Amino acid sequence: MSADGPLLDGRCPTGPIETRWERCKAELKLVNPANKRKYKVLVVGTGLAGASAAATLAELGYQVHAFCFQDSPRRAHSIAAQGGINAAKNYQNDGDSVWRLFHDTIKGGDFRARESNVHRLAECSRNIIDQCVAQGVPFAREYGGLLDNRSFGGSQVSRTFYARGQTGQQLLIGAYQALARQIGLRRVKMSPRTEMLDVVVVNGVARGIVVRDLVSGKVETHAGDAVVLATGGYGNVFFLSTNAKGCNVTATWRAHKKGAFFANPCYTQIHPTCIPVSGDHQSKLTLMSESLRNDGRIWVPKTKGDARGPDQIPEDERDYYLERRYPSYGNLAPRDIASRSAKYACDEGRGVGPGGLGVYLDFSDAIKRLSEPVIRERYGNLFEMYERITGENPYRVPMRIYPAVHYTMGGLWVDYHLMSNLPGLFVLGEANFSDHGANRLGASALMQGLADGYFVIPYTLGHFFASTKQEKVTTDHPEFKKALADTNAYVARLLAVNGKRTVDSFHKELGKLLWDKVGMARDRAGLQETLKRIPELREEFWKNVFVPGSGEALNQSLEKAGRVADFLEFAELLAADALEREESCGGHFRTEYQTADGEAVRNDEKFCYVAAWEWKGDGKPAALHQEALNYEFVHLATRSYK
Amino acid sequence: MSAQQSGHQGHSTMKVTLHVWRQKDARDPGRMVGYPNVECSPDMSFLEMLDVLNERLMEKGEEPIAFDSDCREGICGACSLTVNGIPHGPRKGTTVCQLHMRSFEDGAELFIEPWRAKAFPVLRDLVVDRSAFDRIIEAGGFVSVRAGGCPDGNAIPVPKEEADQAMDAAACIGCGACVAACPNAAAMLFVGAKISHLRHLPQGQAEQKRRAQAMVDQMDSEGFGNCSNYLECEAVCPKEISVKVIAEMNRDYLSASLTREEQKNDGGGAG
Amino acid sequence: MSWVCRLYRSSLGAKYVMASTGVLLLGFLIAHLLGNLQMFAGADAVNSYAESLRALGPLLWVARIGLLVIAGVHIVTALRLAKANEAARPVAYVKQASRQVKPQTKTMVLSGLVILGYVVYHLAHFTWGFVLHDYSTLVDTEGRHDVYSMVVYGFQCWWVSASYLVALALLALHLCHGITSAFQTFGLNHAKYATAIKLTGPAIATLLFLGYASIPVACWLGIVQILEGT
Repeated sequence: MSADGPLLDGRCPTGPIETRWERCKAELKLVNPANKRKYKVLVVGTGLAGASAAATLAELGYQVHAFCFQDSPRRAHSIAAQGGINAAKNYQNDGDSVWRLFHDTIKGGDFRARESNVHRLAECSRNIIDQCVAQGVPFAREYGGLLDNRSFGGSQVSRTFYARGQTGQQLLIGAYQALARQIGLRRVKMSPRTEMLDVVVVNGVARGIVVRDLVSGKVETHAGDAVVLATGGYGNVFFLSTNAKGCNVTATWRAHKKGAFFANPCYTQIHPTCIPVSGDHQSKLTLMSESLRNDGRIWVPKTKGDARGPDQIPEDERDYYLERRYPSYGNLAPRDIASRSAKYACDEGRGVGPGGLGVYLDFSDAIKRLSEPVIRERYGNLFEMYERITGENPYRVPMRIYPAVHYTMGGLWVDYHLMSNLPGLFVLGEANFSDHGANRLGASALMQGLADGYFVIPYTLGHFFASTKQEKVTTDHPEFKKALADTNAYVARLLAVNGKRTVDSFHKELGKLLWDKVGMARDRAGLQETLKRIPELREEFWKNVFVPGSGEALNQSLEKAGRVADFLEFAELLAADALEREESCGGHFRTEYQTADGEAVRNDEKFCYVAAWEWKGDGKPAALHQEALNYEFVHLATRSYK
Repeated sequence: MSAQQSGHQGHSTMKVTLHVWRQKDARDPGRMVGYPNVECSPDMSFLEMLDVLNERLMEKGEEPIAFDSDCREGICGACSLTVNGIPHGPRKGTTVCQLHMRSFEDGAELFIEPWRAKAFPVLRDLVVDRSAFDRIIEAGGFVSVRAGGCPDGNAIPVPKEEADQAMDAAACIGCGACVAACPNAAAMLFVGAKISHLRHLPQGQAEQKRRAQAMVDQMDSEGFGNCSNYLECEAVCPKEISVKVIAEMNRDYLSASLTREEQKNDGGGAG
Repeated sequence: MSWVCRLYRSSLGAKYVMASTGVLLLGFLIAHLLGNLQMFAGADAVNSYAESLRALGPLLWVARIGLLVIAGVHIVTALRLAKANEAARPVAYVKQASRQVKPQTKTMVLSGLVILGYVVYHLAHFTWGFVLHDYSTLVDTEGRHDVYSMVVYGFQCWWVSASYLVALALLALHLCHGITSAFQTFGLNHAKYATAIKLTGPAIATLLFLGYASIPVACWLGIVQILEGT
């Protein structure tokens, strides 16, 4: 497919990469301090990106109104990140630098991210650590009192800062406290248990939102001078993922339907070490830290359908497939390779556990080599968590693991200023597409969310205000009235279907379809079949879904129904994007495009671009816009982990 | 087929009888409703068991039981069920979302109730309003710094022991089980944990006294109870936070009350 | 002094009041026990000790009123806290359970009130002479009030001794919790001393119980008895 319309302009600065952000900042227009309070910013989502943005904008003097669907901003899903946050501090004296972090991130993203953005991210990473330490984030320390680091996949330096296994939680609490301080000072108005259902566009500019109070059920509109979306990723389109139950695509999807382009939806990251599904009742998947692969050996039986217990299978009848195929990296092969290899083993019928969807992660050799206390010291809490969930003791029986959807690199298209093509609509964190390309490296999600919120949006939003003249609008404007009426009608429509199937049953069916055909490995036929199947499922949803209760009360089924309705539309775009991208890169693997030994084959000649999709209306295919990706500083190369 | 979801149904099944608090809204007085013989598998989490029950209820055209949950991996603090009188249920150091049905006997009778406290009004069924906790943090549970201009992260060394103690307290997930378990519905463990977290770090010490006063005063105005040292909070805390943090709060509040001069604009954070 | 009122009205302030008045009352209990233990030193020792206390004159009244105020504040604050605690959970759990609530903690108010009742009776019995006998007429050979005989006569009545022991047991339970809690209330908690602090309450409570109980027991066993000629 060729692009519709001219190439998109990402407004990236030019010149030497290390001066671009400085130059950009120097050229950005400023808003007079006394004038800042005249501007109102609506921030949707209060995870790392949203909370840090809301707090920082309020510190600068803007009026901020923040919204989240959780009962408190402190519960946003950023909280679940375990591993850590990268920063090019070079505290270890091991040769790290902004350049190296930039380089690793571009390469890790399989050359599908913007160089300018990624370099800025690497620069900001250093300020983030300083900021978080000042806020009282209890990072791990060495005995001398200085900050400790650990190493993480995809890099050869130790640059990851961490707070036990709860780094995301601690960073979020830091941002939440900064936000709470502004709420206490009455500079931020906070509306928890409030879900955004639409963006209001006036004269081509995003000027407000429609929200539903999840307790009273009341639908309301809010007007402002800019809208900031920090509403996370869409991993839950697969129903089962490591995302929280509430994570959804609704805010970004509704913005998309109001004109914002959705970029690279096919880039989804699948994490190799999750606890396998135990039955149809499964509601979500739990991630186990990848560090387990440092000492655990991954294997499956050599023969298909081997029903013996792991201790009954002799050594020479086991296939340590990662060690066999990737001798130099072995069990530490990158996430996508490890995930795909597990899938292949299970597809061949050699999977273990219920349904044959699992592979062993075996610590018996490590326990023999290092002793049980050493293993307990290293992984005690992970083993405990595994035992709690599965009821099996991993010191005695090998763990069973299976990949699960974990993060989505795609999101709303934004330029260098983090503004979408819809003026006045800014998108931060996982909700945008900007910094991770086709694959995100470990410990980079937290970094991006906080860089966007603390150090990018405060500059670029001011520039937007200073450089565009806008008249004041209130919620009395006809566009607001119309959006309010539309949303009320939409809610009523969901309740009026009154069919026979529950919302979850649709969501599960959609998830299974996507996981099978648009999951770890995709092909043309499967994608085409999915593209046929999704509209049918959507149609059935609108004919046969059952949403009990009323719209004027706390109604969790209604909340879910709206989210699933959006997933049912979004899934089609995800599959279409995957079909259009005829190459394998990062989190997107097309079986047609691989080497003889199963390695991904990227096609830089044809697909070195960002695919940004424009909504064209119900039932019409989305239009593709392209943004060219130029690699001036890191040269295009093939990833190899052999 | 390589379906992630096609894992076959758990090998064994079990039945439990539930008594669940149902309450239409904040004004409804509410009542316990019995759900006999709910089928489930020992591999289900407690919340998945409720999911399955809700699916059954909806198939019969009934309204499902509302309850809060989000991450379902024990870190977000959203889930808030009292199972047989114990917040988060019988397993120590475990949130109810991580509790599995294998922790119960086949045929068990389970009473499921919301957190009960004046400061946590019930919104519907098992969903309560915990915004009182947010208001306590807003009163002073922060370090007053703005983005930008912070010294280098290594400028002030923090002894590892202090950083570890800060982290022990900072592990609090704000679920409110401490309040739910306390016979006095007191929020001491929550407030103590926040105060302890920040008082162990040099960055938090500048505001140590003001913070203690502001947070305790806000806690009092929210209608939480007082501490009788039952230690029940510590026993049910899914993050096993020690009541040591309450002692630290007591110490800070006492010293703040005796030695700190109140400032004119004591209400909010330093601009 | 508005900060004093603010402190007293706060939840933690009330706890400091409970703990400090409790510690003062504990001080009285210890002093009273030391006085009582002079029973073992014989009638002369006890009676002269009592005489010297009376000789304090107005100072004795200062001490008495002080003690009364301390006890009053302890009780009033406790009741205030109990009321607030009840209000903090307007709807009770249908299914009640706990992991580690101990009976002595649960019954602090009750044990406190029973002890209060007992103290009134105790004063009525020994100090005011409303119960059984008016002991004020007992005089020893030197013309002093014969406290020694009063105690021995008093404990010769089985139910006086029995109720005394029961009240002591309640007091000990009250102190088990109260003393350890006082450490917590004043923020005296440290991992290194945690066990010691935890044991302090029960240890002091046990010592006080044994000390006080030794006197009626000694009366029964005849270790302490009325000697001829007194």
